[in-house]
Amino acid sequence: MSRSALTHPVDGRFGAFGGQYVPETLMSALHELEDMWHEAKADPQFQLELAGHRRAFIGRPTPIYAATRLSEKFGGTHIHFKREDLCHTGAHKLNNAVGQALLALRMGKKRIIAETGAGQHGVATATVCARFGLDCTVYMGTEDMRRQSMNVRRMKLLGAEVIEVKSGSKTLKDATTEAIRDWVTNVRTTHYIIGSVVGPHPYPEMVRDLQRVIGDEAREQYLSLDGKLPDVVVACVGGGSNAIGIFTAFIDDRDVALVGVEAAGKGIRTGQHAASLVGGRPGVLHGSYSYVLQDGDGQILPTHSISAGLDYPGVGPEHAFLRDIERVEYVAVTDQEAVVAFKLCTRLEGIMPALEPSHAIHQAGVIARELGPGGRILVCLSGRGDKDMDSVDGG
Amino acid sequence: MVAERLRLENALRADGDLKLVAYMMAGHPHKKRSIEVGRRLAGSGIAALEIGIPHSDPLADGPVIQKAGQEALANGMTVEGALEVAKAVAAEGVPVVLMTYINPVLQHDPRKFAAESAQAGVAGVIVPDLPIEEAEPVAGWLRAASLDTIFMVAPTTPPDRIATICSHSTGFVYCVTVTGITGARKELPEGMDELFSEVRKHTQLPLAAGFGISRQEHMKALRGKLDAAVVGSAIVDEIERGGDGVALVRELLKACR
Ligand SMILES: Cc1ncc(COP(=O)(O)O)c(C=O)c1O
Repeated sequence: MSRSALTHPVDGRFGAFGGQYVPETLMSALHELEDMWHEAKADPQFQLELAGHRRAFIGRPTPIYAATRLSEKFGGTHIHFKREDLCHTGAHKLNNAVGQALLALRMGKKRIIAETGAGQHGVATATVCARFGLDCTVYMGTEDMRRQSMNVRRMKLLGAEVIEVKSGSKTLKDATTEAIRDWVTNVRTTHYIIGSVVGPHPYPEMVRDLQRVIGDEAREQYLSLDGKLPDVVVACVGGGSNAIGIFTAFIDDRDVALVGVEAAGKGIRTGQHAASLVGGRPGVLHGSYSYVLQDGDGQILPTHSISAGLDYPGVGPEHAFLRDIERVEYVAVTDQEAVVAFKLCTRLEGIMPALEPSHAIHQAGVIARELGPGGRILVCLSGRGDKDMDSVDGG
Repeated sequence: MVAERLRLENALRADGDLKLVAYMMAGHPHKKRSIEVGRRLAGSGIAALEIGIPHSDPLADGPVIQKAGQEALANGMTVEGALEVAKAVAAEGVPVVLMTYINPVLQHDPRKFAAESAQAGVAGVIVPDLPIEEAEPVAGWLRAASLDTIFMVAPTTPPDRIATICSHSTGFVYCVTVTGITGARKELPEGMDELFSEVRKHTQLPLAAGFGISRQEHMKALRGKLDAAVVGSAIVDEIERGGDGVALVRELLKACR
């Protein structure tokens, strides 16, 4: 299958997945956004500006790093990290926020809204709003404000208004629902910067386009090591933006296995998890058709993950498609396994990963033991872990 | 099949007056009470009753209807249960329109949903997160079961799109008066009349206005401009406080003639 067939949605869909299941009030804004995005993408001036901000503001390209002591611990497979934790503000989320802020300026929209779970996307959005002089409102669930309190303070210092969402499970799903409702009300003046490859078309495509820089850089950097590609690329999947970001460059490399890691929480069988691709069924959430954790009546189920950024009952529609055509394998890793990986990586590499990519690091260990010495794994280290110190006990 | 008198196209057409459509949530605050409330509303002088099927993430609804939905779900309301509520209320001889989000319909199985709705005596279905681009095949199955498919136009809908939406609608066309979610407003927005006259150019169907409508002044402002007004959050609020919305309906009806 050619790259274009895989990565270009047709009529807003990746295979059967995607679409625009939103109130009529938003339809013209989505059409405008789609047109503006395609226009901006093709505009050399926009690309030049974006490249400049990536270099000087985000700090790109981020390096790849040989995690030698972790590699040794996991049995001798070579493990590399793509260091998105070194992006300004500490996660890959800024890649998307910068691009969408430039687009908002182009559309003449001065008010920005966003949802956030871990607070990384909220911080990234508050950061670009400070940088470009835009008005910023971030929706965040009560539960996430508690467990990611450092990021709440950062957003406020950056000048954003943080609105507490007390409905439902008080986490990312509910924050997203509130943000969409705000957008329905203020759509004429407001741009909604969605934080992942979720939501109605064109968001999954646009956020993917802005995040694919991760994989485009990583593939070239990896090849420059010894001319070979990795055997496996591993990334955590919440909504799926860092994973799509790193996978896209490798989609056509048929010998490279791609593994997406969801949050198994307390275990898939307990029902307390956030693994939509592993444990869910197709359905509609937040404007697109994809895998969703839901009951038999289509009501969205509460989720659990120790990692606020993965604690979401849906996933981007492109992942649903990649799952069904079996190009990407999706697995799930528990809270406990992620915490162990977090500590291991911190002690052995001097790099404190966020809890989200700690799920991917655990899975890299599992795969490493299968591959044995001489295997080659690339992990997307999507963010740093300072925000998670309260969730991980000292031990 | 719905009797001619109960067809939405006939029931909602203004006749020198403004028709009133009430909204209630199935299972709010619980099933038995919602059937009781529905029956009383049926006889209150309304032209039709919209019955909401609760959803965990109602993107188009404001706090009042969201809360009612959450309460209904907490008290065990399901799609099947909502269809039973609809059936009991439709038996009173009022045209019933179901209002639900797309995911409960998809998970219930749209063909089954269409057949069961028709069997319950429902006249039509509104799915606020199903724009015309995504309407098929669900809308086709609803039509095949002789149900009306009502689509919405919003203040942000451009004229060429209004024409297409009208051509997809049967029963009536739903004009969303405000740029926003459901919930009672003090004042209705300016510019609403232009939307109505634009929609009027493209369809012979009755036009109903909804979102934000809650007061006698609103009824007076709408009478003569279009066929019907939908009152939602204001009635749900009454039901939330233990009432049935009938007194509010009667008061509003005075301003409709
Ligand atoms: C560091 C980090 N990684 C991953 C995620 C999950 O999002 P996504 O799956 O879109 O990359 C988050 C979300 O907050 C995050 O902060």
